[in-house]
Parts: sequence; structure tokens; C-alpha cells
Amino acid sequence: MGVEGIGARVVRKEDKRFITGKGRYVDDIKLTGMTHAHFVRSPHAHAKVKGIDSSAALKMPGVVAVLTGQQIVDDKVGNLICGWAITSKDGSPMKMGAWPAMAPETVRFVGQAVAVVIAESKNLARDAAEAVVVNYEELPAVADVHAAIKSGAPQLHPEAPGNQVYDWVIGDEGATDAAFAKAANVVKLDVTNNRLAPNAMEPRAAIADYDAAEEHFTLYTTSQNPHVARLVLSAFYNIAPEHKLRVIAPDVGGGFGSKIFIYPEEMVALWASKKVGRPVKWTGDRTEAFLTDAHGRDHVTHAEMAFDANNKITGLKVKTYANFGAYMSLFSSSVPTYLYATLLSGQYNIPAIHAEVVGVYTNTTPVDAYRGAGRPEASYLIERLMETAARQLKVDPAQLRRTNFITQFPHQTPVIMAYDTGDFNASLDAAMKAIDYAGFAGRKAKAKADGKLRGIGVSCYIEACGIAPSKAVGSLGAGVGLWESAEVRVNPVGTIEILTGSHSHGQGHETTFCQLVAERLGVPISQVSIVHGDTDKVQFGMGTYGSRSAAVGLTAILKAMEKMESKAKKIAAHALEASEADIVIENGEFKVTGTDKAIALPMVALAAYTAHNLPDGMEPGLKESAFYDPTNFTFPAGTYICELEVDPGTGKTSFVNFVAADDFGRLINPMIVEGQVHGGLVQGIGQALLEHAIYDANGQPVTASFMDYAMPRADDVPSFNLSHTTTLCPGNPLGIKGCGEAGAIGASAAVINAITDAIGKNNLEMPATPDRVWRTIHAA
Amino acid sequence: MSTVKLTVNGKAVAVEVEDRTLLVQLLREHLNLTGTHVGCDTSQCGACVVHMDGRAVKSCTMLAGQADGASITTIEGIAKGDELHPMQAAFRDNHGLQCGYCTPGMIMSAIDIVHRHGGQLDETTVRAELEGNICRCTGYHNIVKAVLDAAGRMKVSQAAE
Repeated sequence: MGVEGIGARVVRKEDKRFITGKGRYVDDIKLTGMTHAHFVRSPHAHAKVKGIDSSAALKMPGVVAVLTGQQIVDDKVGNLICGWAITSKDGSPMKMGAWPAMAPETVRFVGQAVAVVIAESKNLARDAAEAVVVNYEELPAVADVHAAIKSGAPQLHPEAPGNQVYDWVIGDEGATDAAFAKAANVVKLDVTNNRLAPNAMEPRAAIADYDAAEEHFTLYTTSQNPHVARLVLSAFYNIAPEHKLRVIAPDVGGGFGSKIFIYPEEMVALWASKKVGRPVKWTGDRTEAFLTDAHGRDHVTHAEMAFDANNKITGLKVKTYANFGAYMSLFSSSVPTYLYATLLSGQYNIPAIHAEVVGVYTNTTPVDAYRGAGRPEASYLIERLMETAARQLKVDPAQLRRTNFITQFPHQTPVIMAYDTGDFNASLDAAMKAIDYAGFAGRKAKAKADGKLRGIGVSCYIEACGIAPSKAVGSLGAGVGLWESAEVRVNPVGTIEILTGSHSHGQGHETTFCQLVAERLGVPISQVSIVHGDTDKVQFGMGTYGSRSAAVGLTAILKAMEKMESKAKKIAAHALEASEADIVIENGEFKVTGTDKAIALPMVALAAYTAHNLPDGMEPGLKESAFYDPTNFTFPAGTYICELEVDPGTGKTSFVNFVAADDFGRLINPMIVEGQVHGGLVQGIGQALLEHAIYDANGQPVTASFMDYAMPRADDVPSFNLSHTTTLCPGNPLGIKGCGEAGAIGASAAVINAITDAIGKNNLEMPATPDRVWRTIHAA
Repeated sequence: MSTVKLTVNGKAVAVEVEDRTLLVQLLREHLNLTGTHVGCDTSQCGACVVHMDGRAVKSCTMLAGQADGASITTIEGIAKGDELHPMQAAFRDNHGLQCGYCTPGMIMSAIDIVHRHGGQLDETTVRAELEGNICRCTGYHNIVKAVLDAAGRMKVSQAAE
């Protein structure tokens, strides 16, 4: 490894613009003649739109237009799509209601747009939106999954009777029933995985600019995957053909999944820009983010685990109700199915698993992938079950896990996934050592003497990342392939541009991707720039989510680098009158091995572009591209252990120590990896202790601002003790597994296992607020 | 409409604004100082923190008119030319930022924290003081490290002056 190569803690190249206020986010951009959009949104969870009177609004100063849902339908803008087809156990396709970008007839959640005001300023648009009179006829609404599937419940979509989207199963029911019939012990658990609001700090925003002469649109948008946005806007929403639509995602202020999806607002901005003949900008406020950014989680699950007399797991049965909200968001259908139930084997050897997932419509904001997407729900369930089992079977929770760990790889689980490699004992050992697990009993006793309830909680998570082999996901219903593309351009002066379909919105690609180039060529990272987030510059890409950018995106760059290096070596060999096989690349030079003959990269590049003296038949230029499609998922795994104290008088939880031992395969930049883990852990802790997107029984959101929704603050969380136990991923040449979601996947079970250990009661739902913990302690 | 006269990053400016204009709108929309961000509508997240007469304020929670006659410093105004403010350097060196959206407000709050505590800071105090700044990316771990690191650097640079 060089000072800036793979494994180096390189300070980030992108930081200078962010720390000096020179970042360029969508809302920072101004276009000549730009107008501003403000949406008129439903205050009701379920209602008929009987009429919209825009006459007063249209007379207000600065108002350019008021556009309604009926107009967008009349103009044949497509309905929003769900990109992953799931088949129910009876063989029927999932049942979906139509989702127009603005509702022409019926609103189904609070915040759904019915009209948009376009005006000369944001304030004027907001003023006029207040003057748009919408005549609603309220309908009964339902927010809870169990209430929604009861007979007589309010019905959301005629296409989905009983509010049921699908009833999907995975695994072998017969084998699982047989395992339970023979079980020595059965452990049962009911778990709610609380609904979360993603809350990237930058609210979503869009600027649409229609060029009537060229019939061409430019969209600046807060997207994790601008190329997929262009594809979907073109192929399904009829905005414009792809060559007439440029999508730019500049600096994006966090995503966590919520900025994967193509939302109504950017569709409306594009459509409105053509209608009014001027650029249209929309920037959401925080309450709009709570109302319209796809939420995460929201599962209700009953699970049972069977054990033999030696405490070995013999079977697992799971039934989950997944709340999808009012409409099926872009990847929503895959989250509680192929991203959740396929991870139900956890780190354990479980011979038989059967899971059933019922997807349900409710009058709430749509739910989709949020950091971890299905895998946190699976990990939380399994790790709560393991802790419950340890308590019921009266064995040490770490030992129960060890007894059941998978130790032979590859390992085929009963739920599709084939784990390629791992060492679960190593990460458990590392975490137990880091927290002094052996000394816990002494610490607990001392805390008790001080009037505090101390607990320790283990969570051994596994996730499937590096999403994903296109053929495999295609066979499971995905509407897209999940490869990545890259291009390496060596300029005539020898500087290098890497074009990638990945998108950085905090992950530090502008640094880590350069580190690969530094590693291979021995050039400083200042000689390399990363180009991403613009469909006019980068050919195509699938974007950044599912911890895929290093395992898939960086591997695509590696493949393109290899092609470029191969051509450059031919040029160098020709110039040096040496054999291509003898050329090695070191410190930015192409050297003839064992000699002092060398030619520097800029001279090779110049030779490629002057083309005065290239090998016979070689094309000029030094630019190569590659598409990389992974052969398997990757399987990051690890152990988190949390030690905390509960004040029995207040129910308040205080962290004592939180250790994380992760196996991410090869690390490109450990500093950035640690940052990803820190952030993920706090999102997991936030779910466990603080966060909950709550609706009342009528579908009114109760938590629609940071005044009501408890975001983790600096004084809510501890500092962390991190370590890595590494098994290289055999599925990609760099050995990378991915690190972006692990913290959010593993942390919440560690916290709840620790609190329930402290208070000596096993049933405690998230978020474990002081009130809830106090009531649990003092419940009869 | 009113004319607001103020000093922004050392430069005197007079801006004609609607009376309801917020200070953050004046900075972002009228002066194109887009480093100051808006992350919420309720004065909770701190992405909009600037200094008014040397003290941290949330620029989304005051009218531009309330800053009439004041001296405002934004994230764009704290480096001396190419030389970063010690807090900026500490955020970079400690990986105290990821997406960068909360970062300007964090840095402006953190400078104020160090000023108020005279460099006598510990982790608990920093965490308590950062209560009004929300970050969704970093988990705060490296932000806390950066603030403590910068507190040391600022003491050294003060001693040198």
C-alpha cells in the first residue's frame, strides 16, 4: 500500500468545498428565469377530491400557474411504478393501485399532492398555495396493518381487495413443521419493527429546465441514482426520451435510501417546466420530508424458533405483516421479501426456515428502502430471538450463538442466500474482548450497589450487500440489472478521470475511488478526479445503495483500469522496445522489469494521443470502459455488544460502552469505513431508543417535524470502540464486502438486548423511551 | 420592503428585502452565500448557524431586519484566504463530515462552543453543547473528536497571536 493507496487513511478530497461552504447542492443552484413551485397537499389521510378552485390563487401577485392532478393525468404523464414484481403464494402477481404524481380523484395519505402553484418566488408560491381551495369529501382511513386487513376496514385501492398487496412465502414449510414437531424447546417472540423517517439533512429538491427549441429537459435532483431516475422518467413516466433528458445529481446531502426513488415532485417539476416555459424549482421543507420521503421498516412479526436438546436451532417460522403505506414505492415490494426473508438464517446453521410476508396498504406515507432495507428487520428479529432463547434456555447468550454459528463456507441457507465466507467466532471473540465480557458480572453488581440496572446485549448481524447479480435478481422479479459501469480516461497530459455510475452523497467516493488508481499506478490522488452524478457525462450507472459502491462500483473501475493498463503497457513496450510481458507499473512509470529503462505515464498518454508511434493496428487514445456484474451478493457480518445502565427511577438509558467488530473484507480507507459504521450505529441506536414515525388511528401523522420526531443528538449517543476481523470476499477481485449499512443493521438488537437484560424483562418494543422502559420495569 | 444594512464577512452590504425575509434567505438568496443551509423549519437542526456579532445564531429563526446594523460571519468568512480556520481543518482531519450538509452549521456552532468555554472542553460538554445541531451521517463520534481537536488548535493559535 502506498501513502494514498488501498488501506491508507487518506483525508477526503471532497472536504474542502464542504468545510468552506462551497458545496453545490440542488437548492444552491439558480437558473435564469427560474420559477418556484409549492405543492398543495392533502390534510386528510383518505378523501375524495371533489373540486379544486384556483381562481383566487391565480389572481395573486407573482403567480405563474396553478396545475392540478387532473391536468397531469390528461397530459398522460405516467403513474409511479414499483420496480420489483413479487408473486403471492397462490401464484398471483402483487396487487397494486395506481399512483398518479398528483391525485386527480382520491388522496390516500396526509401530504399527497393534489395541485402545484408555480410563482416568481418561493414565498409567493407558498402564499398562493394557501389560497387554492380544495373541496374534499373525507373517507374513513386506516393506519395500522392489523386494522387494515380486518374485514370491514376502509379499502384503499379497488385493485387490492382487503388492502393486501401480496401474501408471499419462502422456505420449506413441511420441513420446518417437522423440525418443530421434534423440537426439545420452542422459543416464541412477537416483534414490532418501528416505522422510521429517513431524514437526510438536505431536504429533497428539484430544478427542471425545459429547452423548447431542443425539446430537451435538464433535471437537477437530490438523487442517489441519477441514471436510474432518467431511465424511469423516460421509460415509464413519458417525460421525454432518454436522449432528451439530462439528470444531474450534484452534491447530495445524505440519502440513506430515501433518495433512491423517483418521487412525484421531480416529475411535476419537469412537466410544469414545459407547461410554463421556464425553469421550475422545488425545495421541500422538513415537514414535507416527513410527509413524502419514503419511510422505513414498519413490520409486525410473530416468530418461533425450534431447538434440539443440545441447544442447536432446528427450525424457524416467521410471519410478518409489512406496512407499505398508501402506494407501492419504487423498490418497496422487495424490501420485506428478498431483502428481508433471505437473511433470516442470520449467522446460524438453521436447517429449516419458513417465512410468510403479507404486504398491506394503509393510509400512511409510502414505505421503502431505508438504510439496511429489510436486513435490519431480519437481523433485529433473529438477534432478539437468540437473546430470548438464551434467557429461556438459561444459557449464556454469546455461547448460544457460538453453538449455532455457521463455520463452514460456502454455506447454503434454506432461504436462497449462499454465504461465501466469514468467521463469526472471530468477530464475536473480538467484541467480547473489547468490552471485557468476562468482567461484566462484576460491573453489574457494582452498578446495582449504586442503584443502577446494568445490562449487556449482543447482536451478531449478517447482511447481503454488493447488490447484486443481475441474473439472480432478475429471476426474483427485479425490473433492473444491478451491475455498475465505469470509464477510465487518461488525458494526454497523464492526469486521470474516473467516470462512475455510483453516486456519492457522503460516502467519500472522490477519495476512495482515487485510492484504487493510486494503488495501481503509483500516482498521487491529486492527479485523479472522479466524475459522477451527471447522465451527460457518465454513460450509465445503477447508483449508490445497498452498500454496493465499493464491491460493485469500484470493481467496475478496476476492470476498466485493467483494460487501460493493458493498452498502456503495449504502448510503453513499443516505445521502450521491450516485451509487453516485462512491463511493470510503479510510481507512475512503466518500467522494463530488471532494467533501468522506464517511461512515465504522461509520456505514454501523450504517445497514445499523438499517435505518431503506436504499435501497428492500435487505435489512438487511452480511454477504457467496463461494466461489472457481480456473481454473488457479499456478506458483511460482525458482532456488536452494548453495555448500558438504566435508571429504575426514570427509565432513562445511559450508554457505558459500545463495541463493534465488523468483517467488511478489504478496507480501502479505514477512516471512511469507521465513519460509515459510526453513522450506521447511531441510526440503529436512534431506532432502538428514540425514533418513531407515529400515526393516529385516522392516519394523521403525529411526528412531522424535528419537534415531534426524536432524531439522535450528540448527547443521546456514545463514542464507539471499533475493530475489524477480516475475511476477504472471494466474489470480487478486491475482496470487498461493503460497510455502509452494517451499523444500522446490527445496533438496535444490541441495545434492546442490553436494556431487557438490565431490567430483567424480555418484552420491550422500540423505541425504548424512558417512559416505555419505566412502565416495563414497573409492570405487574 | 425594507433596506437592511449589515456587515457580512467583513463587507458592508445594504439589501432591499421583503419584511418577512429571514436572515438565511438574505444570505442564500440575495447574497448567494449558499454555504449556510436550511435543514428544518423549527429551529432544531442547526444547519443554518452563523455568527452575529461573534455569537452563534440560527439564521432561519430570525428576520433579516433583526440583523440590521449587525456583523454577520458565515462559513464562507472564517478562513483567512487559503488558510483554513482551525475548526475547518479539524473537521477535515478527523473525518467530521460525510455529506457536508450539516457541516457549515456544525463548524459555526463549534467555534462558538470553543469561544464560550475558553478551550476548557471535554466530550460530555461538547455533546451537550451540540444539542442544537443534528447530523444524520457521522453519528457525531468524529464531530466530537474534531471539536476537541480544534479546541486545542485554537488555544495554540490564540497563544501565538
